[in-house]
Amino acid sequence: MSLSFRHDVDAVLADASRENKPVLLDFSAAPM
Amino acid sequence: MWPDPRVEKFVEENFIPARVHVRADSGLFQKYSEKYGAQWTPTILQLDPKGEERHRIEGFLPADDFLAQLMLGRAHLAFAMAQWDDAERRFREVVDRFPNSDAAPEALYWAGATRYKGTGDGSALGATAQAFRERYQETPWAKKASVWG
Repeated sequence: MSLSFRHDVDAVLADASRENKPVLLDFSAAPM
Repeated sequence: MWPDPRVEKFVEENFIPARVHVRADSGLFQKYSEKYGAQWTPTILQLDPKGEERHRIEGFLPADDFLAQLMLGRAHLAFAMAQWDDAERRFREVVDRFPNSDAAPEALYWAGATRYKGTGDGSALGATAQAFRERYQETPWAKKASVWG
């Protein structure tokens, strides 16, 4: 299993509001 | 912390996961680090459905501690949304599954507060104070609970 992080944060916040679902927002500097 | 399958499963089941990378998403990183005051990496925020921050994890944690913090934050989210039964269950799950984590005494405190908020039963606070006399005595949460009984 590998998490699929979204990067379109504006859209994520809109989806969260519409779906009434919390958001986990990761500020990362990890090697890519 | 992220490669742990328990962490990934918990996040998948409880959140919409989003990431801004300091280099790959530099514009978004700047925008949202300013909005939420995230000045270090890694910083992991748990936001309620309205985008309000409810829990923050700064810096690396081993997988068990990270999962405990994620569970604690998810419980705080339920608390903020006045979902008392769900919040209390989640706080107590942190204590039960990760009793030696830093998250556990905080979760024990808030489990008692949540029971009281949900039921109005003041004995929930006394029971929590009693629980702190038996464990986690050296933590700030024991001091906070000491006024309850």
